[in-house]
Amino acid sequence: MADDKEREGPDITVAEFHKKIKDAFEVFDHEANNTVDVREIGTIIRSLGCCPSEGELHDLIAEVEEEEPTGYIRFEKFLPVMTEVLLERRYRPIPEDILLRAFEVLDPSKRGFLLKEELIKYMTEEGEPFSQEEMEEMLSAAIDPESNSVHYKDYIAMMVIDES
Amino acid sequence: MGSGTSTQHHFAFQNAEKAFKAAALIQRWYRRYMARLEMRRHCTWRIFQSIEYAGQQDQVKLHDFFSYLVDHFTPSSNHERDFLDRMFTEDRFPQDSEMEKFGDYESIEVPDNYTGPRLSFPLLPDHATALVEAFRLKQQLHARYVLNLLHETRKHLIQLPNINRVSTCYSEEITVCGDLHGQLDDLIFIFHKNGLPSPERAYVFNGDFVDRGKDSVEILMVLFAFMLVYPKEFHLNRGNHEDHLVNLRYGFTKEVMHKYKTHGKKILKILKDVFCWLPLATLVDEKVLILHGGVSDMTDLDLLAKLDRHKIVSTMRHKTRKENGKQVKKEEANQKSSAGRPTPWFLPQSRSLPASPLRLGSLQAHRAGRSSSIPCGAPRDAKELARQVRRSVDLELDRCRQQAGFPVSWGEEEASPCTPEADSGAQEPLEPTQEEWRQVVDILWSDPMAQEGCKANTVRGGGCYFGPNVTERLLQKYNLQFLIRSHECKPEGYEFCHSRKVLTIFSASNYYEVGSNRGAYVKLGPALTPYIVQYQANKVTHMLTMRQRISRVEESALRALREKLFAHSSDLLGEFKKHDADKTGLITLSDWAEAVESVLHLGLPWRMLRPQLVNSSTDNTLEYKSWLEDLAKEQLNRENIQSSLLETLYRNRSNLETIFRIIDSDHSGHMGNSFVVSVGVEHDSICWNSCLCLVVAAAYLQVKPELGSPGYAVRAEPSGSPPKHQVSKCVQLKLAGDSSSRESYKYGPNECMS
Repeated sequence: MADDKEREGPDITVAEFHKKIKDAFEVFDHEANNTVDVREIGTIIRSLGCCPSEGELHDLIAEVEEEEPTGYIRFEKFLPVMTEVLLERRYRPIPEDILLRAFEVLDPSKRGFLLKEELIKYMTEEGEPFSQEEMEEMLSAAIDPESNSVHYKDYIAMMVIDES
Repeated sequence: MGSGTSTQHHFAFQNAEKAFKAAALIQRWYRRYMARLEMRRHCTWRIFQSIEYAGQQDQVKLHDFFSYLVDHFTPSSNHERDFLDRMFTEDRFPQDSEMEKFGDYESIEVPDNYTGPRLSFPLLPDHATALVEAFRLKQQLHARYVLNLLHETRKHLIQLPNINRVSTCYSEEITVCGDLHGQLDDLIFIFHKNGLPSPERAYVFNGDFVDRGKDSVEILMVLFAFMLVYPKEFHLNRGNHEDHLVNLRYGFTKEVMHKYKTHGKKILKILKDVFCWLPLATLVDEKVLILHGGVSDMTDLDLLAKLDRHKIVSTMRHKTRKENGKQVKKEEANQKSSAGRPTPWFLPQSRSLPASPLRLGSLQAHRAGRSSSIPCGAPRDAKELARQVRRSVDLELDRCRQQAGFPVSWGEEEASPCTPEADSGAQEPLEPTQEEWRQVVDILWSDPMAQEGCKANTVRGGGCYFGPNVTERLLQKYNLQFLIRSHECKPEGYEFCHSRKVLTIFSASNYYEVGSNRGAYVKLGPALTPYIVQYQANKVTHMLTMRQRISRVEESALRALREKLFAHSSDLLGEFKKHDADKTGLITLSDWAEAVESVLHLGLPWRMLRPQLVNSSTDNTLEYKSWLEDLAKEQLNRENIQSSLLETLYRNRSNLETIFRIIDSDHSGHMGNSFVVSVGVEHDSICWNSCLCLVVAAAYLQVKPELGSPGYAVRAEPSGSPPKHQVSKCVQLKLAGDSSSRESYKYGPNECMS
């Protein structure tokens, strides 16, 4: 394990992580039998501070699934894998400035905004495309109805405040 | 191809790659954002639910406490005795002439300037429709018509069986609605969207029409009106909130008294009876069973169909009492009573127990295949209760005499005069049997669970959790297809479980807060295939983004949670200190989470909630004292009230309110002699109860500060224990309103009265 000044000691950190993971897992353990629906794993992992891509998420799920996938993930399998993820600080969140630059890449003429159609095109055709629901949800918050565009700098600022 | 083109291609490719990566990044970030919102939404839901259920547990606790009071209180005067009688006596079975008196509406004059709806009987469909319209326009129905309608409703309900039988032959479709809880907007929306009741459009409303929302009265009026107009097509089931004791706490009683200042009491009295006459369940085509809560492994539909449902006035628990009076006397005199009975939660020995109905009362609670059932005691009639109070009083006196060495008198008949109500009660046995009572509680309070089996519902304090096998067995036994029930709020307004054999339908949208959940109703055609319709009766929510919707609901939940945290400040401080052995004033955030859960017992994911409750500290530690102070600042101004007092008042305010409302039997909002009693207790429930005793006694008996003497504080103690030493924590009592009594008394193990 990496030597890290911030940690009080590896055991204490691991215990801490275990409790955190357990808390997050239990929120979705509706039947109180230490399993969650595989479709909720992404939410759990992301709420623990990680920011994996969809591809990375699928790899993780493959690690925690049963040999014969049941549609449910057991806590016993999830805990060690997730603990490693947290210890290794994998899938770090994206800093604000990197995010801004990503938007600017999509806006090469540096207008400061993206048109609604442009956003839709990029989000549904490039990268790891959004579903229709995801797209609609993003538009509802991002798009300024008068100009029918998203002023991404303001948008990021608003979302970041909301996070904290 | 020239080099220019290939460069162009190269750049194009690079740009495309960049764009791809940029898009992927944004998506990744966005998905994480949405996941965190989703987590917050789930946590918020959990907060609301746990606080709601904790409140229900309190209700049960409160009731247990009063039951205990009855058994062990030694009133020192007839005045006190009468008070106790009054507190517990439910004048449930007034003679018909008395009921006529209470339903007496003909003498009530409706002023000429009254612009609200007017009813005449027999009701016509137009009347019912006009009523809906009038309420939509925020008019209020005059008390005279309210009473008239209730009177007619009662007459109608009396002839209905316990289990309504409905057929899809007559009306083509049947619409089943769940809890409405006083939310008139939802009812109006349902009628608007689905159509008004008619011979072709049958409705079943599955209980919990009242409490919490602000228009319970209006909902009842509409539902009863349609029931009278379309008796064959319009059906109501009783819910656990159709219960005058539950109403005392959850807002319906308050609403009635507020809207009908002059005649409210009459209205409440007849309502108490009307609720008991509501049918318990509805059966559609002999295939679909509709009831409010659920079932248990002991549910017996034949028994439920036969029992006299009117006897079940309230499903709030009573302790088990032996039927034979002499037996009680002997047992208590032998001072073996405590040994035979499990210890009530508020006594020192049982401090470690969670709020659990399992611990109290019934010795007959054991059923095969079930961890425990709710203990139940058949509620008594007025006369019987009065007799038992006196018996226990006499026994207590006898025991005190014994201890003091005086001769004990046995077998004395009570010499004191009976209260008039007790004497005028009917002679026939008016109580349901234990089994009957339990059957009804089960169907009104139970919840489904995913695991197999059947276990006591400790969260609610009544009924049970029933598993898929219980459902299956019941459906097979009575040849049914599935169950429809309500009783639980669901985010989508409905939820299937037990392999779609159980459908929960909940019709109060935005129940916890604007945007918290949808409402739904279900339609059944002759094929009995459920067809669900969802809605949310608030236009504003549609326009909010998910983020804003969640934020609003979340803010509301967090506010409620912070209130609860504040109310437990002293206990929290104690718990924090345990984690701070070195007295640094700091604890880790992990310790914070553990401490909070051990005090509040809400079962919430505290580590998930922490960022919203504690200002982020970079070094993973928390200065807990200042955190608690910040909590306090958020709450009311402190003025001259000590924060511990405030805190306890806060924690117990709904309980105190309920008690005051019980004491305030004429619902005038005043309590006897202009005494404003503030009570402060620092720690233990035992002291709270002692204080409550004092509050109750002080308010009604107008006793001076000397009341704080151990004599009264003892009354909540287990019998036989020496008085002074039982009070193990600090008790502060302040009596305001009378300048001579502005003193406070302290009790503690090492302190004497100051």
